[in-house]
Amino acid sequence: MKLFPPVSIETRRLLPRSWDLLAGIFVLGAIIFCAEASREVIQPLSSLARHPVSLDPANLPNYAFRTALRMLVALAFSLIFTFTYATWAAKSKRAGMLLVPLLDILQSIPILGFLSVTLVFFLSLAPGRILGAEFAAIFLIFTSQAWNMAFSFYQSLRTVPIELDEAGRTFGMSGWSRFWQIEVPFGMPQLIWNMMMSMSGAWFMLVASEAFTVGNTSITLPGIGSYIAAAVQAKSLTAIFWAIGAMLVVIVIFDQLLFRPLVAWADRFRIDAEPGDEEAESWALKMYRRSRLIDAIGTPFDILMRRSYKIAPPKSKTQIVTKSIIPPWLAVGLWYAILVVFGAYVVWRVTSFVGAALGFSDVVGAFLRGMATLTRVIVLIALASLIWVPVGIYVGLRPHLTRVVQPIAQFLAAFPANLVFPVAVSLILLWNANPDIWLSPLMVLGTQWYILFNVIAGASALPREMRDAAANFQVKGWLWWKKVGIPAVMPYYVTGAITASGGSWNAAIVAEVASWGNRTLHAYGLGAYIFDATVAGDFHRIVLGIFVMSFFVVVVNRLFWRPLYWYAERKFKMT
Amino acid sequence: MDTLLQATDVRRSFPRVGGEDLLVLDGVNLSLNEGEIVGLLGRSGSGKSTFLRLIAGLAQPQGGHLDYMGAPINGPASGIAMVFQSFALFPWLTVLENVQLGLEALGLPDKKIRKRALAAIDLIGLDGYESAYPRELSGGMRQRVGFARALVVHPNILLMDEPFSALDVLTAENLRTDLIELWQNKKLPIKSILLVTHNIEEAVQMCDRALLFSSNPGRVTTEIKIDLPHPRDRSDPRFEDYVDRIYVEMTARKVERQRTVQAIDVIPDAPISPVSSNSIAGLIEALANPQYDGKADLPDIAYDVQLEIDELFPIAEALQMLRLADLEGGDLKLTHMGKRFADADTNERKEIVNRALMNNVPFAAHIRRVLDERSNHTAPRRRFIDELEDKMSEDAADETLRAMISWARFAELFSYDDESETFSLENPT
Repeated sequence: MKLFPPVSIETRRLLPRSWDLLAGIFVLGAIIFCAEASREVIQPLSSLARHPVSLDPANLPNYAFRTALRMLVALAFSLIFTFTYATWAAKSKRAGMLLVPLLDILQSIPILGFLSVTLVFFLSLAPGRILGAEFAAIFLIFTSQAWNMAFSFYQSLRTVPIELDEAGRTFGMSGWSRFWQIEVPFGMPQLIWNMMMSMSGAWFMLVASEAFTVGNTSITLPGIGSYIAAAVQAKSLTAIFWAIGAMLVVIVIFDQLLFRPLVAWADRFRIDAEPGDEEAESWALKMYRRSRLIDAIGTPFDILMRRSYKIAPPKSKTQIVTKSIIPPWLAVGLWYAILVVFGAYVVWRVTSFVGAALGFSDVVGAFLRGMATLTRVIVLIALASLIWVPVGIYVGLRPHLTRVVQPIAQFLAAFPANLVFPVAVSLILLWNANPDIWLSPLMVLGTQWYILFNVIAGASALPREMRDAAANFQVKGWLWWKKVGIPAVMPYYVTGAITASGGSWNAAIVAEVASWGNRTLHAYGLGAYIFDATVAGDFHRIVLGIFVMSFFVVVVNRLFWRPLYWYAERKFKMT
Repeated sequence: MDTLLQATDVRRSFPRVGGEDLLVLDGVNLSLNEGEIVGLLGRSGSGKSTFLRLIAGLAQPQGGHLDYMGAPINGPASGIAMVFQSFALFPWLTVLENVQLGLEALGLPDKKIRKRALAAIDLIGLDGYESAYPRELSGGMRQRVGFARALVVHPNILLMDEPFSALDVLTAENLRTDLIELWQNKKLPIKSILLVTHNIEEAVQMCDRALLFSSNPGRVTTEIKIDLPHPRDRSDPRFEDYVDRIYVEMTARKVERQRTVQAIDVIPDAPISPVSSNSIAGLIEALANPQYDGKADLPDIAYDVQLEIDELFPIAEALQMLRLADLEGGDLKLTHMGKRFADADTNERKEIVNRALMNNVPFAAHIRRVLDERSNHTAPRRRFIDELEDKMSEDAADETLRAMISWARFAELFSYDDESETFSLENPT
């Protein structure tokens, strides 16, 4: 029985809506810019030298678009990497044993480390063309985006509720279909949050990814990063401000057209959502949803995906009766043995490569520099914590303040260190200050905000009844901070501090060497060491520097942050 | 008898985005005397918890007077302690540390703090759990910590905000009897208790007076003195009489409100709760059972389907609105249509609800009419939500519209697409 009257409304389907106009403008604009960009990237590399980056702000829209495009392409690759690498690590126990620590190490390698060893490869992909350099730049941006996304997705995959997975299996969904219809949606909210963080990281490293020098090869691709580099070189404060403005515009556009719709869209995947929770809103999402144009573009993909779910894997009978001849303990043992042998081989290759040109004193030197950078990271994270934990708690308890502070902090997290060089270098020269000490704050310039973000999130998650209880029993002043405020944000703070400390190590390469015009300041540390080695094209020192940095980051993580995280998680987590 | 707390014409409203303030409490009067337990009974959302927060000094009234021991309350007072529904224990503090916190805030010497805390733990039956963390305890034990933490500061007034509603039935009963026993034996270091609850039996079991709270805006409408000796026995006929009386009082006001809903105006005066069609069908089926034969006492049927009043009322209200049942004098009685519904199969049920919506729920019929009249048979959500928001708060309007959508979907009266936020007559295939 059908109670609806037979009304045909199909004719209306074909008519465009006002949203289509808006969507059409966006799509058209994107196509024009893309065509322009693709025409440029097939030019020979030498044309870069003939058309150096100009400080004329009229060029900024084009530069901004090129930068944005690179970031988007890198983000797409980061997503592909996330979906494959993290899935493999989570699904296969044995692969996970290798892939998870490897991700830890990859995360600790500074951007210049990737640059020096891969540049030749990328240039060879499109010999003599700008495209090769574009590949390199995109790869560099990718390296500042991919790792935390992969980590986040790996964590989500490991925590998919077992009922969901079992429900999928009972319905006979294939692994492919379970992945797209259960696992990816489940991990989405967390992944999107990490994509936003990745974007900030990419902005922070932007100058290093668009304008780089390895030995004799110097490449400057048109983009905001190169514009900043040129402005710093030319000591042009006006250009610096233009760059900040352009960056702000691109960040706002990304926020409005990409991230906000994503957040609003991913809201539906929150498994803990309750009806009545405040829903995220986005005008752009409305546009995407209501526009027939975008609907038409998306439909073929949609149909293709739906078809693909139905392709069941050939049911292999052996799957059920598979019984390996090798007992499981032996298999695990063998796998461990392979890992150990492989690890030993890598260590041997690195030592022999480095040892060929460098002696023991060089190794000690690199370690001492590592200690110097470590000291900086510890002191600065401690200082940042002293400032941002109280501020974060104060802000997090006041929703109206949170709404104001969060986007500002997000922008500041994306603020490249190079933009502060003029201030830092001028002040240090003016007061004749010690760069070993006064360049250090640049290291936490972008990373301190992760402490603030997380503390705000922690404080706003404090249940109202708990706050009421504290007020009711007149817990105030220092007693409140000691017994209520600080413990409540502890697990969040530790998460933020881990991110901040890891990021600070990476930031060392842009923070320990600062230049303004022809004045370049060096601080004694591992970041400056790697930077100098890269500029000089000294591969032995680059490898040694990266090796030492990874060593420090991984050791600090394993011996300090991880135990602290588990402790905080156990003791302070709300149940 | 000394009056500890005096509330006169207390008013409280909350600001609303783009509209006038939402009035939550209006003209609330109450006095709390030494040596009594007073219960505030009302449905969830009636503002009784808001009222309790005002007394605790966690928020300020916008009108009227709120006096504790003759002085106005502005901020948390040391003589008023609260027990929370969700326990609100600090997970990083042990049982002992949680209990000590209030004393530390008073700035007492360490020795005294420890002594008093241990005494409170002892009194409430938490011996041996001093060094445990809240997460290691069961719900009942956690709420005992909540009680110990409140009692240790020796408050004059103990405020309890639905303290047993997060516990299972057995645990709640156990905790209630323990508390009443301590109170009867004058072992509690407090002078009076104010209990907020939506559980009628709980109120009858514990309180000397029950104050019935109405909603929209919240105010005390009726006072019922409960004159029974402790310990009170649930099977005592006088106990049952009290429960019945309160049920009748509370439903009587419901019916009165229902009548106004049937006005000619299509916009309902009061929000409609989005009760699921499953609950509606479930209650009808329970009523149609031979043991009731279409007519049941509210407390009985509530007990039978294991619902508490604030869960049962919205469903009973929905039945009444759809004219599938009548609510009179504490009885719920199936109408002719209701009986037909009980015997019908799914498609006939849809048809019955479809007709009931068109005839008895003016706003649902209104939506359908608008859709019928429009040439494309679609209408945006805004079209209807704006109408509702003229008369009610944003949340209430949203709730009412969700009720309409949910019932109309069941009855196939019209459909709604959440993504594009449009109503239509389109039946998705």
